[in-house]
Amino acid sequence: MRKKGKCALEVIMENVGMEVDGQVQSDPESEEDEEEEETIQRPCSREAIKSSGQEKNQQTKEVDESEEEDEIFRRKRLTRKTNRRVKNSEEELERLKEQVEEKKKLISTMRNKPWRMAKKLTVLREAQAFVEKFEGALGKGKGKKFYAYKVMMAKKWVKFKRDFDNFKTQCIPWEMKIKEVESHFGSSVASYFIFLRWMYGVNLVLFGLIFGLVIIPEVLMGMPYGSMPRKTVPRAEQATAMDFSVLWDFEGYIKYSALFYGYYNNQRTIGWLKYRLPMAYFMVGISVFGYSLVVVIRTMARNANESTGDGDDNDFIFSWKMFTSWDYLIGNPETADNKFASITTSFKESIVDEQESNKDENIHLRRFLRVLANVLIICCLCGSGYLIYFVVKRSQTFSKMQNIGWYERNEVEIVMSLLGMFCPPLFETIAALENYHPRIGLKWQLGRIFALFLGNLYTFLLALMDDVNEKLTEEDVIKNITHWTLLNYYNSSAVNNSTFSPPPIDPADVPRGPCWETTVGIEFVRLTVSDILVTYITILVGDFLRACFVRFMNYCWCWDLEAGFPSYAEFDISGNVLGLIFNQGMIWMGSFYAPGLVGINVLRLLTSMYFQCWAVMSSNVPHERVFKASKSNNFYMGLLLLILFLSLLPVAYTIMSLPPSFDCGPFSGKKKMSDVIQETIELDFPAFVAKIFSYVANPGLIIPAILLMVLAIYYLNAVAEAYQHANAELKKKMQVQREEEKNKRNNKATTNLATQDLEDFLTPSAKSGGQSQPTADTKSDSTNKNSPGAKEGSMAKNSNAACPGRGATMVPPPHVTITQPPRQSIKASSPGQARSGTSPQGLRPGTRKGQPCN
Amino acid sequence: MGGSASSVPPDLLGEYQELTFLTKQEILIAHKRFSELVPKEERDQILSARVPKDKVVTLPELRANPFQHRICRVFSTAEDGDDSLSFEDFLDMLSVFSDAATSEIKSHYAFRIFDFDDDGTLDRKDLENLVNCLTGDADGTRLSTSEMDQLIQNILEESDIDKDGTINLSEFQHVISRSPDFASSFKIVL
Repeated sequence: MRKKGKCALEVIMENVGMEVDGQVQSDPESEEDEEEEETIQRPCSREAIKSSGQEKNQQTKEVDESEEEDEIFRRKRLTRKTNRRVKNSEEELERLKEQVEEKKKLISTMRNKPWRMAKKLTVLREAQAFVEKFEGALGKGKGKKFYAYKVMMAKKWVKFKRDFDNFKTQCIPWEMKIKEVESHFGSSVASYFIFLRWMYGVNLVLFGLIFGLVIIPEVLMGMPYGSMPRKTVPRAEQATAMDFSVLWDFEGYIKYSALFYGYYNNQRTIGWLKYRLPMAYFMVGISVFGYSLVVVIRTMARNANESTGDGDDNDFIFSWKMFTSWDYLIGNPETADNKFASITTSFKESIVDEQESNKDENIHLRRFLRVLANVLIICCLCGSGYLIYFVVKRSQTFSKMQNIGWYERNEVEIVMSLLGMFCPPLFETIAALENYHPRIGLKWQLGRIFALFLGNLYTFLLALMDDVNEKLTEEDVIKNITHWTLLNYYNSSAVNNSTFSPPPIDPADVPRGPCWETTVGIEFVRLTVSDILVTYITILVGDFLRACFVRFMNYCWCWDLEAGFPSYAEFDISGNVLGLIFNQGMIWMGSFYAPGLVGINVLRLLTSMYFQCWAVMSSNVPHERVFKASKSNNFYMGLLLLILFLSLLPVAYTIMSLPPSFDCGPFSGKKKMSDVIQETIELDFPAFVAKIFSYVANPGLIIPAILLMVLAIYYLNAVAEAYQHANAELKKKMQVQREEEKNKRNNKATTNLATQDLEDFLTPSAKSGGQSQPTADTKSDSTNKNSPGAKEGSMAKNSNAACPGRGATMVPPPHVTITQPPRQSIKASSPGQARSGTSPQGLRPGTRKGQPCN
Repeated sequence: MGGSASSVPPDLLGEYQELTFLTKQEILIAHKRFSELVPKEERDQILSARVPKDKVVTLPELRANPFQHRICRVFSTAEDGDDSLSFEDFLDMLSVFSDAATSEIKSHYAFRIFDFDDDGTLDRKDLENLVNCLTGDADGTRLSTSEMDQLIQNILEESDIDKDGTINLSEFQHVISRSPDFASSFKIVL
């Protein structure tokens, strides 16, 4: 048999040819040493020829005919044999192919096997050797070279993919830093840094877009600084334009730089590239939003896909607490202690009956307190909104005055930052009145902070809008003045050109409009910068100095500072994430009017990565309530999406409806900013495109399109709901099945001896029915066989305790059973059920197949 | 890599990549960390050296883990049962705890880690041990006996589908597979 096998293999190998691999060549040589195999070898080679093609076979026959007779006779016999062999070898080939595929599969899934490394290594080597040896053998006829090539390429591809993956993981920035944090604080704090890193990536792309397509072309190819009024510091400001205090307020040279909207020229094309800058500016402004939207939604979708487990499942509260609550990333003993404590409290909390906590007779007091808290918080929100409105209004009067101090100039930013700093703790204090469960409390807290920030931002925007409208009316006046001045100037110079020599007026002397776009941009930049400063100072004072104080004063203090009042600061994940999200909202809003803002933000994120990592590692302690990272991820992404949408609104409004300033920015001289598109289409595209565009832009087409989209959304929504419904149904079914299973088993434990015998009799058949399933079933069956005698007492105890709670309601809250300690007395009620339960014994293997655990 | 420590031969490195969920860097880092645990005189043949349990549990990644002894026991291939780890055992462990590992293999090993008496099922004794591990050693965090009983009772009610008083592997995996955050927390990163 062994020889035959080898022979068949040789056939295949010769078929393939020697170039496949070296091992093949060596094989026949070694066998030629043996005398016996000589005879078999020759037919083998015949076979090879035969199977490779009919023509060849005939050729060889012709050649052979010139040889001796007995030879011919032998050969004839052999050809008959080989014919049979070819068939055999084809089958063998198929089998071999299957085997190779199997081995390949094994190799690729080996890492999923819970084996020891040594075993895995030997198996892998065996499998690899096998594949190596026979893979080449599988090609047939003409395709063999191609097949070998394909195999080789596949190997190379795998190797390349592996190397590329290695490279990719190496390229991820701050991986080690985040892991370090992760090992100290668990996965939840690290999730903030991962979010920060993600944000950094998004901002980097935005920065690349704006920098590469707007700022660089303008700086390189646009008119240089000082050539036009909009690119020159006005005469009156020139003396102080380089002072630090002025620059710090983003006035002076910075105001007239490429960082802000006003600097850009409205020339249609610039440079030798004929780069259409206004068009590019507009498109980049739109694509910033477009890209952000796509990225956020894609990330959300991916997160939603990844979280396959349905978190709202109430079936396994205790088991999950038990089996999945430890965070194996924790490497810090302090964190571990906190984790121990939090796990213990969560155990105790879940053990304590909800009824007991609900027994609180002061339900009215609590309700009153909750209403009171909400009223207080709404008051706070309104107050902060009014304060901001008031301050922005005041700043407008300030801006008209001369000689104002630093505080007056920065009042808005200071007030907003202070509100952002003090309101959340205030809310937390008020929330203590409500006495919610921590998880619910956190949601409320987040919602309130969100409302605060949003309210503040929008009041700020409203106030800014007032300012813009004021500026717009002011602009009209100045526009006339400018025209008049220019006209006058040229007239006068034309009249007495003997006295005035310079024909062009100095750009610094031309009267300017207020350029509201730049003003808005400056407001946002200032807001961002002050936000950065406040954040960093809070970290420095609130975390670092506090930590220093606590650590070093602890030696000489009346009470234990570390455990007592000040203690160390916790890392406030939700607050930090919200801060980041709102900051991003400001960037989105401001980036249209201040292209440099994204650059500032990139710097901010970069520094805060290092700074916060350092602060966390040096001066924070892990959160008392350790939250899991995985669930809240999409919550934050949802907030981000909301903010993105809300920041899109004002920008879209200004672009579509406000007239741009007449003397600054890429859109000056147009009635609307969006006219750029119109202009480009009319001037740069053939006429029919403009026609098509005008048709497409027709309301008659747009309204049906929108309607169609709405209908599509409605339809998809309905489908999704149907799926959800089906899902819930299936879940219910599964639960019911599980209940049945349980009930059956419960009843079994309490049945009388006769049915037990019957059951013992039946179990073998059940076993054979469910044999294909792994250990679970065989084990359960064997225990069933053994249990009735020995375990009856305990089984009854278990099952009966479970029975009333589980059987009565569909989704039983597990605490129900706690109030009713396991009692044997319930046994009395069960015989009735027992008889009905035992009758469908034969069905058991079938029902078990539907069991969710397999 | 340090000069004194011999590095992993490239073909073996490739095989390790094939067999674990680790990338090349991670294997090299693991090698470096492992060679730091090996005494100096044995550095030449790291791949055959074994590190005793006392040393393994001093790794900062395992230091605070309440299951450190169980982890060593489960991943050790030592014949004499001293729970020492070879480099390959170490890689096995890191692979299971890595980011890329499937939740199936993670839950398989989690089961073995929680199975304190190595009898293939989680019985009341195992669960008790588990609770004690999770609540720590401090007096304030221990559960009382009645609480413990109640807790274990509840867990068995939820997870013990066949009602034999113990949780076996498939029951365990069923419970774990529904959990939203098991895979994200069952991780150890060097």
